[in-house]
Amino acid sequence: MSANLTPRAKFATTLLRTAAALSRATGRGDGSVIGGRVGLIVEPRLLELLAEGRHVVLISGTNGKTTTTRFTTAALEAIGKVATNSFGANMPTGHTTALAKAPKAEYAALECDEHYLGQLLDAANPKVVALLNLSRDQLDRAMEVTALAAKWRQTLQASGAQSTIVANADDPLIVWAASVCPRVVWVAAGQSWTADSAICPNCGAHLDRFGEFWRCTNCGLNRPSPQWSVAHQGEAVVGPDGRRYDLNLQLPGRVNRANAATALAVASLFGVDPAQAAPRLSEVASVAGRYAKVERDGRHLRLLLAKNPAGWLESFDMIDPVPPVVLSLNAREVDGFDTSWIYDVDFTSLAGRKVVVTGDRRTDLAVRLEVDGVDFLVVDDIRAAIAAVPPGPVEVVANYTAFQDIRAEFNRVN
Amino acid sequence: MAISTLRIVWLYPDLLSTYGDRGNLLVLAHRARARGIDVEPMQIRSDQHIPHTADMYLIGGGEDGPQAVAADRLLQDGALSRAAEAGKPILAICAGYQLLGSSFYANGRAYEGLNILDLRSDRGPSRAVGEIAGDAHPQLGIGPITGFENHGGRTHLGEAVQPLARVTAGVGNDGATEGAWAGHVIGTYMHGPGLARNPKLADLLLAWAVGTDPAQLPPLDDTWPERLRFERFQALQAAAQ
Repeated sequence: MSANLTPRAKFATTLLRTAAALSRATGRGDGSVIGGRVGLIVEPRLLELLAEGRHVVLISGTNGKTTTTRFTTAALEAIGKVATNSFGANMPTGHTTALAKAPKAEYAALECDEHYLGQLLDAANPKVVALLNLSRDQLDRAMEVTALAAKWRQTLQASGAQSTIVANADDPLIVWAASVCPRVVWVAAGQSWTADSAICPNCGAHLDRFGEFWRCTNCGLNRPSPQWSVAHQGEAVVGPDGRRYDLNLQLPGRVNRANAATALAVASLFGVDPAQAAPRLSEVASVAGRYAKVERDGRHLRLLLAKNPAGWLESFDMIDPVPPVVLSLNAREVDGFDTSWIYDVDFTSLAGRKVVVTGDRRTDLAVRLEVDGVDFLVVDDIRAAIAAVPPGPVEVVANYTAFQDIRAEFNRVN
Repeated sequence: MAISTLRIVWLYPDLLSTYGDRGNLLVLAHRARARGIDVEPMQIRSDQHIPHTADMYLIGGGEDGPQAVAADRLLQDGALSRAAEAGKPILAICAGYQLLGSSFYANGRAYEGLNILDLRSDRGPSRAVGEIAGDAHPQLGIGPITGFENHGGRTHLGEAVQPLARVTAGVGNDGATEGAWAGHVIGTYMHGPGLARNPKLADLLLAWAVGTDPAQLPPLDDTWPERLRFERFQALQAAAQ
């Protein structure tokens, strides 16, 4: 850890912290990105040097990586201090800052952008890599999803298989990418969006599905037997020996129970007893504003972030069936400029309830809802949306920058 | 109208449905039902036979690998080519558009297409990603078009097709023209989806399918699609300044 850093790396770390602190003080953000950038300019190997000697887990995938990283951090904190990029800065600059800020942390739980997995495998020498799921996301600026899975597979193969992989057995793209590794712990983490894996990523033939099972009729790629799963009944995770670990999560939805299962599987590889870790996951109430509950004028809003078709479908699965729903859509650079994907989301489940739409691209949502026969009201912003619904619970679903705009309205709620 | 139930085939969603392509099927069904026309949407996977008896065929966009597989299966099946010969409306988007030509480029090489449209596609110097707009061919009577494009190919039109539009923003086929049209077959790089952003194009296809003139279709309240079009054209204007 930092006791062993070279003078250059120490200097780089000091500059990084100063830059991050300045950025925070001037209200430019949490400083993770600029701090890391400064540090890496002074010492290009800073990330590697800061990671050295620590027990690192990388967590990547299209959806759920911030929440799973938070759960994993909570679980690992049962046995020691954990460095983590909890601000969602999930590229090497953010990882460098997270490690620099926690010089004494023996463990590191790092959320990793899908496109930086290879770089982090090299730099952070992780003990464990958790791979959650892959589905279409911001196609106008990111890679198409099968190409990304192929890149992961190649990267994992090239990494020399030092790490143990914790991977989702229910996602064929993940299974294909991870199966090149000798040590894989499989988690039945589910797959709410199957349209990107109708055909075999390995050979292009059709995948047969029967319930949760899937297999390729041509090359034999199939669903591995999971060691970890979410219990079919009740809120619990079932471990490799068949033991149940009860969950009492504050975060909603099946997908968060699956994220919890992944976190427990990761933590147990670090020697954490899942029975000790599980109650710690229940303490997580919100994650960088996701699932946060805020109140205004008698309206109790629950904030859900959903960035892509899989995320929106998961949100609709989480929300209570009765309260009004506010949908907010932007298409700024980090969201992707292309809004076509909203046609991959089925909105018909919202029919019959009060739906209010807002965001930069509210008109796109209006056209979309009209096609699905869902009545809606279009308003200018979240304030107007709140005014448009009666006092009581309200579910809010927004994509990335739309979500940040709403968080800003509520004092950047965490 | 001649048809009581409109059968719309959406081809190969398992291979070619990358950019909200299902939206075109949803928009057509919505606009037909709003006029009292029953719709039977049929999603045909690439391991199923394509029905000969449908009234309209849609095919979407996708990655190189699935595009090559789709072209191969469509050539073997033959039903789409027969549908084109029979004058059935076909709407093809992006990768689906390219494979209606004589050849297209994928996985680093040229592939044989279906030869339904007189055009061929190759690889462009850069990926065309962003808003696209144009003035549709006057004979189509649908005015300006708007969509979102994301493709690495360039398409060269032959004598036997007309461009769908003259490009006013974006790239389309080659920076000058966008899409192609011959008979009742339309190919385009516009997703977005194209028919959500161009209701007149949707109505043209519906009119062809039911054997009438678009002007004969009862008008719909297009307040929201028209507002969306206005916003997208305005955004392009603002970006150009």
